[in-house]
Amino acid sequence: MGSTSSTLSKIPNADELIQETGFTSAHLARLFERFEALDKDKKGYLSPQDFEAIKELALNPICDRIIGAFFSSGQEMLDFSSFVRILAHFRPIDNNRTKEPNSPDPINSRINKLKFAFQLYDQDKDGKISRNELLQVLRAMLEKQVTEEQLESIADRTIQEADLDRDDAISFEEFRKSLEKVNIDHKMSIRFLR
Amino acid sequence: MFLFDNLLCMLLGISFTVWFTLLLVFIIVPAVFGVSFGIRRLYMNTLLKIFEWATLRMERGAKEKNQQLYKPYSNGEKSKELASLEQEMQEMRRSGSGSALGGAEFEMSDIFHFCRRGVESIVDDEVTKRFTAEELESWNLLTRSNYNFNHISTRLTVLWGLGVLIRYGILLPLRVTLAFTGVGLLVFLTSLIGLLPNGGMKSFLSEKAHLMCYRICVRALTAIITYHDSENKPKNGGICVANHTSPIDVIILSSDGCYAMVGQVHGGLMGVIQRAMVKACPHIWFERSEVKDRHLVAKRLSDHVADKTKLPILIFPEGTCINNTSVMMFKKGSFEIGCTVYPVAIKYDPRFGDAFWNSSKFGMVNYLLHMMSSWAIVCSVWYLPPMSREEGEDAVQFANRVKAAIARKGGLADLLWDGGLKRDKVKEVFKEEQQKLYSKVLVGGNRTREPTAA
Repeated sequence: MGSTSSTLSKIPNADELIQETGFTSAHLARLFERFEALDKDKKGYLSPQDFEAIKELALNPICDRIIGAFFSSGQEMLDFSSFVRILAHFRPIDNNRTKEPNSPDPINSRINKLKFAFQLYDQDKDGKISRNELLQVLRAMLEKQVTEEQLESIADRTIQEADLDRDDAISFEEFRKSLEKVNIDHKMSIRFLR
Repeated sequence: MFLFDNLLCMLLGISFTVWFTLLLVFIIVPAVFGVSFGIRRLYMNTLLKIFEWATLRMERGAKEKNQQLYKPYSNGEKSKELASLEQEMQEMRRSGSGSALGGAEFEMSDIFHFCRRGVESIVDDEVTKRFTAEELESWNLLTRSNYNFNHISTRLTVLWGLGVLIRYGILLPLRVTLAFTGVGLLVFLTSLIGLLPNGGMKSFLSEKAHLMCYRICVRALTAIITYHDSENKPKNGGICVANHTSPIDVIILSSDGCYAMVGQVHGGLMGVIQRAMVKACPHIWFERSEVKDRHLVAKRLSDHVADKTKLPILIFPEGTCINNTSVMMFKKGSFEIGCTVYPVAIKYDPRFGDAFWNSSKFGMVNYLLHMMSSWAIVCSVWYLPPMSREEGEDAVQFANRVKAAIARKGGLADLLWDGGLKRDKVKEVFKEEQQKLYSKVLVGGNRTREPTAA
């Protein structure tokens, strides 16, 4: 514990991160302390095992996929900047932020949140959610509670509804369209970060 | 020159005398007889007023500078915000995303719920949270408990500086003196009493000596303790269980009643104290090697409780220090012995000083220094009515029943998690619970309740 400024001085390029992610310095300091708390062996980076050690995460049915989202480029070491950039996806959308022309979308924009969710389904990163990938997610979420036939029928029905170009897979555009009416901000934001 | 020296010596001499007289009259004598002048309560109320003022100043200052104050969420808020899976699903259906083919169906967005829960637990999880100190809503002028302390106003900084001076310059030396007196007296008196033959006189004197020394130690920490329901105080031949926050718990409970302690034999100063204590009345100290042998441990405990002349045993079944916002799983060992259990709930007031010992962050000496340089340790102790194992109840169920009672009385969260989860992995059965729940909502459509583990 200690004052925010002393923690902030330990973070390399803190100002850049604040600018990029939209977190305040207080949030950043808190996330840094969390990063250090998770990094039990004090390596300076996080490994998948550090995430697996979080009890509540371990009992989440899609725990592996979430961890995979952090280590998406296949690397085994997650430094603080990457940690924060990914968590920034879950910041609530700032409605009153003025959009400068030609500036990139903020990390926590609706589109980027959707992209994050998309990659949870699309494990082979081919830009489409195949029937098999959908089945895998359903299996992870339901496991022994339903029969294989029920799983397949759910998968079939979902693809039927969302797949508009009839290629038996759900592309990102189709994914986005099927979730048009869903309040993404509400579902993919962590309220207590505010 | 000499005149000045003489004057200095005289002044020092006088101040020492005054100091010690005050100490004796206001602290040690009442401790010996177990009475109180009420000075500590007055001190506590004054401090509270100052803290409130300080927090208001900080909030006002932050608003002026247009900064955002980091507000730690409290237990209650989070549980209200975390909608249960069922509620979220119903909401999703009602908002009309996807077809309405009667009954709940899988939607692509269902994954959001799990995803969000997962990321929430990455940012802050219930278990790790229990092993770091509790965050406060108002500031108690200790930098160690505050994130927002930047230079907000001169007045506040001056107040804080004054606080540091008082705590380290006046309170700390006072407390250290008291601590040494208390411990020294304990060792001395118990060794003396140990020379007496076993009998009524010995137990009587030992009780008085123990109580007196612990009361001095309590004042050494400026601990302001409120005991509730003293009619339920543990009696001989029973086991007293309490939730564990720090080594100070022992001192707090022992200053109100006599217990037989259980613990490992230590070397050094602790060892000296242990050996002295055991001369006056029977405590249970285990060698390192004996601790592993569960049967041996159980046997010694059973023998002790069977003997009605021996004092009740004091045990902390959580097995490790928790940060006093919740009660974690009780180890079943002490509940298998089959005697009356006297539960005790201890709740510290975090506004004055954080009593939690984060053994991975601080060592014992560092911790004691923190304790002695805080404003005060304020806590409440509730003695709950005795409980015994019922017919058809096994040790684990009994342990959980006692744990729930303690959590309820102390206003702590009752968690299913094991204190040993500081190190170990989660059981598969918990993951299955989550899957079962989701499938029920999708396929079954019955009313379900989230397990308390979630």
